[in-house]
Amino acid sequence: MPKQLIIDGKEITVEDGITLLQACEQAGAEIPRFCYHERLSIAGNCRMCLVEVQGSPKPVASCAMGVNDLPPNRDNTPKVISTKSATVKKAREGVMEFLLINHPLDCPICDQGGECDLQDQAMAFGAGGSRFEENKRAVEDKYLGPLIKTSMNRCIHCTRCVRFMTEIAGVEELGAIGRGEDMEITTYLERGILSEMSANVNDLCPVGALTHRPWAHNARPWELRKTESVDVMDAVGSAIRIDVRGREVMRILPRNNDAVNEEWISDKTRHVADGLRTQRLDQPYVRKDGRLVSASWQEALALVAAKLKAASGDRIAAIAGPLAGAEEMFALKDLFHRLGSTNVDCREDGAKLDPAAGRASYIFNSTIEGIEHADAILLIGTNPRLEAAVLNTRIRKRWRQGGLAIGLIGEQVDLTYPYDYLGSGGQTLRDLADGKHAFAAKLQAAKAPLIIVGSAAIARTDGQAVLAAAARIAVAATQGKDPAWNAFNVLHAAASRVAALDLGFVPAKPASTGVDSFVAAAETGALDVLFLLGADDIDMSRLSKTFVVYQGSHGDAGAHRADVIFPAAAYAEKSATYVNTEGRAQMTAKAAFPPGDAREDWTIIRALSPLVGHTLPYDSINVLRAGMYKAAPALAAIDRVAPAEIKAVAALASVKGTVKDEPFRAAVKDFYLTNPIARASAVMAEMSALKKAAGKAAGLAAAE
Amino acid sequence: MLLEDKDRIFQNIYGFHDSGLKGAQSRGSWDGTKFFIDKGHDWIISEVKTSGLRGRGGAGFPTGLKWSFMPKADSRPSYLVINADESEPGSCKDREIMRNDPHLLIEGALLAGFAMRAHTCYIYIRGEFIRERERLQRAVDEAYAAKLIGKNNVHGWDFDFYIAHGAGAYICGEETALLESLEGRKGQPRLKPPFPANVGLYGAPTTINNVESIAVVPDILRRGGHWFAALGLPNNTGTKLFQISGHVNRPCVVEEEMGIPLRQLIDEHCGGVRGGWGNLLAVIPGGSSMPLIPADLCDTLTMDFDSLTKLKSGLGTAAIIVLDKSADVIKAIARIAYFYKHESCGQCTPCREGTGWMWRVLERMARGEAEKSEIDRLFDVSKQIEGHTICALGDAAAWPVQGLIRHFRPVIEARIDAYQAAHKEAAE
Repeated sequence: MPKQLIIDGKEITVEDGITLLQACEQAGAEIPRFCYHERLSIAGNCRMCLVEVQGSPKPVASCAMGVNDLPPNRDNTPKVISTKSATVKKAREGVMEFLLINHPLDCPICDQGGECDLQDQAMAFGAGGSRFEENKRAVEDKYLGPLIKTSMNRCIHCTRCVRFMTEIAGVEELGAIGRGEDMEITTYLERGILSEMSANVNDLCPVGALTHRPWAHNARPWELRKTESVDVMDAVGSAIRIDVRGREVMRILPRNNDAVNEEWISDKTRHVADGLRTQRLDQPYVRKDGRLVSASWQEALALVAAKLKAASGDRIAAIAGPLAGAEEMFALKDLFHRLGSTNVDCREDGAKLDPAAGRASYIFNSTIEGIEHADAILLIGTNPRLEAAVLNTRIRKRWRQGGLAIGLIGEQVDLTYPYDYLGSGGQTLRDLADGKHAFAAKLQAAKAPLIIVGSAAIARTDGQAVLAAAARIAVAATQGKDPAWNAFNVLHAAASRVAALDLGFVPAKPASTGVDSFVAAAETGALDVLFLLGADDIDMSRLSKTFVVYQGSHGDAGAHRADVIFPAAAYAEKSATYVNTEGRAQMTAKAAFPPGDAREDWTIIRALSPLVGHTLPYDSINVLRAGMYKAAPALAAIDRVAPAEIKAVAALASVKGTVKDEPFRAAVKDFYLTNPIARASAVMAEMSALKKAAGKAAGLAAAE
Repeated sequence: MLLEDKDRIFQNIYGFHDSGLKGAQSRGSWDGTKFFIDKGHDWIISEVKTSGLRGRGGAGFPTGLKWSFMPKADSRPSYLVINADESEPGSCKDREIMRNDPHLLIEGALLAGFAMRAHTCYIYIRGEFIRERERLQRAVDEAYAAKLIGKNNVHGWDFDFYIAHGAGAYICGEETALLESLEGRKGQPRLKPPFPANVGLYGAPTTINNVESIAVVPDILRRGGHWFAALGLPNNTGTKLFQISGHVNRPCVVEEEMGIPLRQLIDEHCGGVRGGWGNLLAVIPGGSSMPLIPADLCDTLTMDFDSLTKLKSGLGTAAIIVLDKSADVIKAIARIAYFYKHESCGQCTPCREGTGWMWRVLERMARGEAEKSEIDRLFDVSKQIEGHTICALGDAAAWPVQGLIRHFRPVIEARIDAYQAAHKEAAE
């Protein structure tokens, strides 16, 4: 039942169940707060949000008071609430004074300066001075790992960090010890936090107690140019903001996107930033006498063009890696087709996905937001905590609301929420698909079941059968239920994958061709040119008999093997389209310039095309995109997800094949080192080492 | 007129007699309990309402009314929780009940539990009370063995009585912090609403009562609510355990009628103030959190909720701390301020930061090492704590300071003058 309130003299009708703080905001009043955060539980401990409520002798903490809990007036008139009265002003000044008495006045050397809630609110709501003449409290700094720099003198005990780690990250490693003014936030054990989401506490910290260690004291917020972009470290496509000073990416912060990442990002998304500066390919290279030597663009392009022209269409191939944008894949496929070759493949890991089977067969149909409506989830051969950390927090969020059954087939690991462990391999999956397993009944009983297949499970030799079995389970579980609910979901690990499948970046028939056959051909010398578009995760030792072109941003495995290197822009340095695992097309923005002679990917392929005699008909990215949208209309729907045709799942379910018994393995072994940019990052290397050491020390290998 | 022996509820408060089941029964405990239960839930509540019993834990909320807030039909279990975390400096009544009259408490718990439809009772005992816990446990074991409580007991209302032992934190005497601690978490008060009667222990409806409030229930039922209501003063009915400590000749715990004049209480039961009534400086009437009352207001003071509220103080737990003229009142309040600084849970800002601030200023004031302008500032700081916190500990820390400034400002000023006079030369 909507409720009438009079807030600061303004009559307002508010919906049921919201807090007084939200009601005040709806009425246009600004309520200062430190501990309150929309996505965390309510602590009500900072007392900054006090407001005056008619009939209440004491000011009320508005964040903790539901509008339903306000006792009604005797005569049923609307409650009168004041956020600007003298009492409220004095109460806020008092709380602000208390917060500041033990807070050091070290703003000039504090990394939070310029984006500090305490600073801002002290200016807006403080009294302007302190009457405190005693000594200030001193608190020892704590060690919270390589990502979190602590300065605990500044802590105002809002407990946002504790609540985040406990509630959202699901890692109960942070807490408060001590009592009264001796209360301290700590991990108890002075050990780094083992969570993929830990650095979010730095964003949440309203003061400078927790700041980002990797870029500590490197820049002030007002010096930075902020560009809104999208992350490519996994297939979730988290919304990010890239902060740049001069030519350099200084930091990466989350942006709000309720449909994808809410306002969290993983530690990899955030702290891969230093990887954008190291190991960069900044000029073309050509292999001469077994050594890579720097070359001019003309020289490198001419050499590749000569090799491509000399080879027949069936003896050239291209593989796209996990970070490739849709534009360059479209251009590369276009070029290869013009060269008479359909030997292009994006399924670097050998996934048995076929775009011809329909879009619903390879995307996360239920959508990430849809997880919140699920009441039973089956995870097949996936470890979402490592493959899509942000998506995993969404599952945890749903689990915290209760009434969710989760089953896992695959490696038994700590996912931050409990689940029914059903088994390790194909036997269990077959039982489930045949409806013989107990968990099948739970899926049957669920209103909105969710089947999530990991990318490693479908990269096995029996991947097609795994896919079909998962589709069978999904079809059986949704029989006779809401026809709009598509329970079949593929959780990709590579940011480029869905866009590539949308573009049909796969070989034309026969189906037996693909990355495996390209590599096999290269090994036997049956391939003349192999074009690697940022593909580093294939066995380079088997490519010795072929001419390898590597186009990418970082000096990783592919560049080491290459005969010619085309230096290209990384995701922060180009505008490119990525489609996340849900099928949501999103565009990165050019936040910085690529280093040295490196160029945006599509321009390199465009520059190569006239040299091979097939000039690509686009001179600007807009013309390229127009062609691309014609080829794959799904890519044009930026920031939206159009539901895919559900009958593709039913068709997939009828595919024959037997799932083998062997146990499922997760797609990600080391969360911090999944792609060339992450592998170039010193921070990621340190985190990886820390986690390995912690795993060995405490037997916590489960988290790996 | 003093309380007559026939109206005494706690007949073994000094432990002169057997505290076991036999002894308790010989004093009337467990007599007719089944009869009251047969009369039904609502009869008990209405009888307690008739008695006018107000909670004995300090706030003085009507007990019968509190019980009536419990839901009558709820799928969740109801819980009775007894607060035996008696930590307020000066208070020492609950421990006497637990070690000398434990059966009054257990019987009261059964009746109160039945009245609010609770099959389970937890009692949270202060960490330091080890012997008290042992005595109470013995009594509980006796009651179980005699089938007075437990499953399928003779009273026909299944009732379990569990003893939980705290770890010695004052804040766990706050009812919601007590629930947190009982659930195994850090003892920090919860936000209200929701109130425990809706969402309490393990998320279920819960009523939290003081030991004394529960222990008087059997006698109220046996003798009738009107008997209890006839004792004491209107709206301040019944008998009360007073605890007098400090500068009196014979400190004691004594059961008396509510509204007894303070002077009579001290003179008759405690052998008077040390050095005679004229040597009285002030009393702290209700445990350390209550503002003190200077001697000139004590002559006609009666000990009940309403008359003390009129003096901007409170009856609290009726733990009277007497200060004679040898006491350094600033130092005394500084010590109390230290206690609250030490016991603040640290959850919310005004209390966490403000209690330490007040203590530090008071320590200086006790030495005279302050400015006179700081007195008003201290008062203002205490007002910024009061009413701005999650629980009442902020209020409890602020009130003694306010009482000191309200009544003893000249003493503080004189101390400051003396200090400044003594340090004049050094300063120049």
